[in-house]
Amino acid sequence: MIDFGLTPEEEAAMKRAHENAEKLLRPIARYYDEHEHENPQDLIDTMWKKRGEGGGLALGVVGVLVAEESCWGDAGLMLGNPGPGLGGAAVMATGSPEQGERFLKRFNEEKPVWGAMAITEAGCGSDTAAITATAAQDGDEWVLNGEKIFITAGKRSIEDSDGFVVVWATVDKSAGRAGMKAFVVEAGTPGMKLEKVEDKLGIRASDTATIVFEDCRIPYDNILGSPEVRKIDKTKTEGFKRAMATFDATRPLIAAMALGVGRAALDFIKEAFEKEGIEIRYGLPHHKLIAIERDVMDMEANYKAAKMLTLRAAWMMGQFQPNNLEASMAKAKAGLAVTKITQKAVELMGPLGYSRKYLLEKWMRDAKINDLFEGTGQINMLIVARRTLGFSRDQLK
Amino acid sequence: MTSFSPSEDQQMIVNLVKQFATDEMRKIYRECDESGEIPAHIIDTTWEMGFISSSIPEEYEGLGEERSAVTGSLIAEELAWGDLSMAMHILCPSLVVLPILEMGTAEQKKKYLPAFCGEKYTPATAALIEPRFNFDPGSLSATARLDGNDYVLSGEKCYVPLAADADLFLVYAAENGSNQGFILEKGTPGLEIGEREKNMGIKALATYELTLKDCRIPKENRLGGEKGCDFNRIMNYSRVALSAMAVGVARAAFEYSRDYAKERYAFGEPIASRQAIAFMLAEMAIEVDATRFMTWEAAWKLDRKEDTTKEASLVKMYADDMVVMVTDRAVQILGGHGYIREYPVELWLRNGRGFATFSGMAII
Repeated sequence: MIDFGLTPEEEAAMKRAHENAEKLLRPIARYYDEHEHENPQDLIDTMWKKRGEGGGLALGVVGVLVAEESCWGDAGLMLGNPGPGLGGAAVMATGSPEQGERFLKRFNEEKPVWGAMAITEAGCGSDTAAITATAAQDGDEWVLNGEKIFITAGKRSIEDSDGFVVVWATVDKSAGRAGMKAFVVEAGTPGMKLEKVEDKLGIRASDTATIVFEDCRIPYDNILGSPEVRKIDKTKTEGFKRAMATFDATRPLIAAMALGVGRAALDFIKEAFEKEGIEIRYGLPHHKLIAIERDVMDMEANYKAAKMLTLRAAWMMGQFQPNNLEASMAKAKAGLAVTKITQKAVELMGPLGYSRKYLLEKWMRDAKINDLFEGTGQINMLIVARRTLGFSRDQLK
Repeated sequence: MTSFSPSEDQQMIVNLVKQFATDEMRKIYRECDESGEIPAHIIDTTWEMGFISSSIPEEYEGLGEERSAVTGSLIAEELAWGDLSMAMHILCPSLVVLPILEMGTAEQKKKYLPAFCGEKYTPATAALIEPRFNFDPGSLSATARLDGNDYVLSGEKCYVPLAADADLFLVYAAENGSNQGFILEKGTPGLEIGEREKNMGIKALATYELTLKDCRIPKENRLGGEKGCDFNRIMNYSRVALSAMAVGVARAAFEYSRDYAKERYAFGEPIASRQAIAFMLAEMAIEVDATRFMTWEAAWKLDRKEDTTKEASLVKMYADDMVVMVTDRAVQILGGHGYIREYPVELWLRNGRGFATFSGMAII
């Protein structure tokens, strides 16, 4: 039965997330934008204490609702929250129960801790199957070599806490995608070094790290999934599919993050217009609207379009339906729509939009990341196109 | 609780309409567009499906099933996927039935609704649009003036579907600046039906200009009697219906151009293997889905009797743009063939362009 009502639990989770966003994130958003590599220690401690209240990585509809509210507060701070993160998601999705116990129990302990995911390399971004980092077996150990970039919360995972990084590396280059496996490397492992933390356009409160692995030895059973290189066919292999399956779960969340930033910008400009006596008159024909009204309606409609696609992808995930196409649709639409919404908002606010006195210019910078990470807009369009056409990677490059 | 899944009953209706659209409407829509006529069996068969009589309560001789704008949206999308002219013709009596059902007085319901529960299609229509570029449904030029026990209507209307055959008209006019609906029977003196209009699209749907020359009707014929009607809510029903139809037209164009792009070879491979084409199709797929869900959400709000003006007008605006974007790209993907009437996409572009003009021409 088609329904857009929220359950009382969803309403409550949203309300909590919104309160946190308003009281904890908004007041410090500007400070940590301007002090890029400082950790918001008070917030980290508070969020760690609150994690029992459903602040973690929830999937399905409630997950995207909470992500949107949090990012309405601040996307960078939200991304930097302690917790299992994408690394933890990979362990949950592909690890054995023993590995789950071994790696995830730290998230129940007293001190804040982070998990991170390392896929991207300097030479490969969206083409994740082209990674060059290697893992070689040596007795009862794996030896990792390579360099990984753009690791969200990488520094916090391995320097600021006893966390871990899930590293994607190939065990057999000649096997292509089939040789790609995920390994858990815990903080403090010799041979793993934090190389640098990036300076970014936006989401500056979230650290983005480069980590180098030099003869980094980890226990043999830190591999997630089977160590066997199984070729099913050229394009479909278990290792690669597992990495990609994680994206089906995370892309709706990224779409929701974008929505949060977009709604922050929309709320801001509507409030500013209201103070000036400009109300948005819905239902009027085009020729009677002033340009600003038309712009705002266009922005709101695009926000709504992205939101509906995001809810659909998240709902499917909650129903355990395959949502590869739908997750990419949501991510492609939301990433671009919110990039445009925030840019237009800055334009509409004139001198106030461009000023660092207000958060709007920051939201425009923050929004752009959603069109880049977890697959650029173009990669997601490519996935949508392939799925829509029923084309393989070879049929549509 | 969030769900994007139609109920079993809804899915059954969708399947039924889809089958009919595929087997019947899609076979003859080009012919109908060229001749300007819709064969009777299309109208008769869909009438038997009971889209209109099903929601009329049993006391007025209907089937008394629950009325739902969400279900209506599902039906409207499928019908419009089959053909927009036929969809608008098939659903035309709703333009009178739904407002009476929801806002009419007990006498109005009793008097007018049973006519729509028979075995045969009863043509009925509404007149809202007025022939001027700056037409605004919110402030009509047509007027209604109370004179003793009568209302006197005057003004001009256009895009009135099926006016020449309609037994019943719902005419919208401003009464002291506020929009009201007035029920007119066929042959009311002063109700003059002009020539059939010649439009760019929806050519199989007969639409007419209509002139009201001091047209006198009893006071009781104001929709909703003394209470009047909630004009805005009627407009929202219409916005949702037209958005659903825009999704149907756009989906037809998307599916056709997608299949074409997979079969048409250039430089040794299907043109769909080029990102220039594939990305157009991806965006079309995304926007069709997004608009459908926005339509459902607005319909869902209507069913909950909430104020839907914001949602309904946003989705209508979005759908107006979306359907032109999608149908235009369908023509583009077919290239020169897209411009030829042997292929359907130019028809969908002409029909799609109409949505920004259509106002109050369909209701679910």
